[in-house]
Amino acid sequence: MAEPLLTIEGLTKTFHVAKSASGNTKLKALDGISLTVGRGETLGLVGESGCGKSTLARTLMMLETPDEGTVSFEGTNPFGLRGKELLGWRRRVQMVFQDPFASLNARMSAGDIIAEPWATHRSLYPTSRERDARVRELLHMVGLRPSDARKSPQEFSGGQRQRIGIARALALNPDVIILDEPVSALDLSVQAQVLNLLNELQRELGVSYIFISHDLTVVRHVADRVAVMYLGRIIETGQTEEVFDHPRHPYTAALMSASPKLDVSGAKRDRIVLKGELPSPLDPPSGCRFRTRCWQAQDICAKVSPEPQVITAPDGRRHSAECHFPLDSLKGLTGAAASAL
Amino acid sequence: MKTAAEQAPATAAAHAGTSAAQAKAHDVVLQVQDLAVDIRTHRGTIRAVNSVAFEARAGETLALLGESGCGKSMTAKALAGIMDPVCDLADGQIVLNGTDLAALTPKERLKFAGPELGIVFQDALTALNPVYTVGTQLGEAFRIHRGLNAKQARLEAIDLMKRVGIPEPESRVNSYPHQFSGGMRQRILIAMAVALNPSLLIADEPTTALDVTVQAQIMQLLRTLREEGQMAVILITHDLAVVAEEADSVAVMYAGNVVESGPVAEVFADPRHPYTKGLLESVPVHLERGAELNSIPGSPPELHDIPPGCVYQSRCPMVQAICRAERPALRPVTPPVSGAGAADGAGLTPAQDSRAITPISAEGRPVRAAACHFSEEISNG
Repeated sequence: MAEPLLTIEGLTKTFHVAKSASGNTKLKALDGISLTVGRGETLGLVGESGCGKSTLARTLMMLETPDEGTVSFEGTNPFGLRGKELLGWRRRVQMVFQDPFASLNARMSAGDIIAEPWATHRSLYPTSRERDARVRELLHMVGLRPSDARKSPQEFSGGQRQRIGIARALALNPDVIILDEPVSALDLSVQAQVLNLLNELQRELGVSYIFISHDLTVVRHVADRVAVMYLGRIIETGQTEEVFDHPRHPYTAALMSASPKLDVSGAKRDRIVLKGELPSPLDPPSGCRFRTRCWQAQDICAKVSPEPQVITAPDGRRHSAECHFPLDSLKGLTGAAASAL
Repeated sequence: MKTAAEQAPATAAAHAGTSAAQAKAHDVVLQVQDLAVDIRTHRGTIRAVNSVAFEARAGETLALLGESGCGKSMTAKALAGIMDPVCDLADGQIVLNGTDLAALTPKERLKFAGPELGIVFQDALTALNPVYTVGTQLGEAFRIHRGLNAKQARLEAIDLMKRVGIPEPESRVNSYPHQFSGGMRQRILIAMAVALNPSLLIADEPTTALDVTVQAQIMQLLRTLREEGQMAVILITHDLAVVAEEADSVAVMYAGNVVESGPVAEVFADPRHPYTKGLLESVPVHLERGAELNSIPGSPPELHDIPPGCVYQSRCPMVQAICRAERPALRPVTPPVSGAGAADGAGLTPAQDSRAITPISAEGRPVRAAACHFSEEISNG
């Protein structure tokens, strides 16, 4: 594994909200998140809406302050930085947003949008000649024409807009780009273009990606490692193929099973259709958070929160899952699933 | 409320003037031919849907597959007769159980909305009225079409909520839409669409706004309801994997035209239109991580600027002079060499309407068709 660029330990974030049905006012959006991201690596962040993916992204962007836990970026804690040092750190983590129609200012030209970060980070490209040259270079890097700099966002298609969003994120030469559902608003044929671009840029620039997506097929294509989130916790993490092909946590298995597959061979596959929906994060279940929807929940699951268990596959690949009864093989999984249906 | 449920198909049939109370499996329920929809804009009239033809069969799912702006939702709205005021049905027949809906007045069509044809929209929160309880909204169909009073309609609503798997319907019938989760709201919308046991259900991107685990539940519900009522389902989606898993046949749309149609397994295994082929290759499966995806260059043409000739010419890797001059019609393509597809069709009953002359159907089963001058070459690689 690449040397960790970013290390997160025990990150917890609680929001205070209006009273819920049970009188609870604390919403634990992140509950002890630990992660590492290596240099030039892509970490896929998978989970359903409300699981805390976006809160995690916002915390890493320092848009939220965590209650507990540490973030270490090459050994420094960004939350302890002030002034110039903080500005320097902000330059290194950038973000691409989901909706290319909402994330670009319609009153600015594409060139101005890409150049706007330099208004804050003045030292990067101090002269307007340098800035213009860099805008043209960035447009070229994301597959747009230099003349596109003068156009306004409305003149571009969704895919082209997302390219502008990527160029803006690249403007500060960041080390990490957080991609929050970067292709989910795009049509399939355009989605492939943008995924190709992201892969190409990573190879050229060595930038790390935190790739948030609900589309498991896409995550599998881009992510070296993957972390599956459920109600504010990372319930399973490891090397992408290892997690996807041999899920240990029942939720990961259910997620894999629920996502439609492009397979027209006609082979029937065992489907796990989970009962119910995501419990409210205001009133998470006791013990294991997944137990209310889990088909193999036992008494202990309601009482004791499972600790992450590191599982080593026969070929030496390791990954960890937070489950009292981790699925031990694909065979075991289909057996369990069959009895659940 | 069993008695009312049993009456339902009979009532529906009476409205539509058909003899059969329940369609038999694989009967053609809906036949669409030459459908064309125009939109009046300040830049002139544009054709959003152009000579679209397909069939929907009882107990089967037909997928309308396409990217945003391809006209799939417009087609659905034209079928349901709920187009925006700026849209006109320019041409075509929409034959539902023997009645051409396109020839009816809007008032006459109202009789079909509900008993014969139901529609499920993508965004359940905007499709439901926020100021009425779900019970009122679910019961509306029974009050209007069956003349039930509010009390009876409420009982029907509770029954429906049970049918679509909403827990504790007796207490939740008086709740408002915002008090339900996204998945539950979609269930309510589906319940409204199937309330009067229609023979055709149109589902317009029913799960796009939902999480995958909930999507799986909703798809399972739609399958169950389809089996129970032998409904023909038209599933509108942009998701190839959903089509592969849920649909029997597929019509691929591009820039307002059906460019390819046929049984899903055959179309996806051996696409005969370069667009279908390009879409299938854009899905990141069976690839090394980070490997180049075979994306389709460019983007779809603007509807007011569709060139003469093939609609796909600007993005097609194998475009020739003829493609720029002449628009290829949707015509049958030769079946694949293997007999796998033929075996599937053996059990099907022939269509009762032998006048079916669309290229979509022959001898009672959907055939492969593509709108490409070089569909044979694509098959050969």
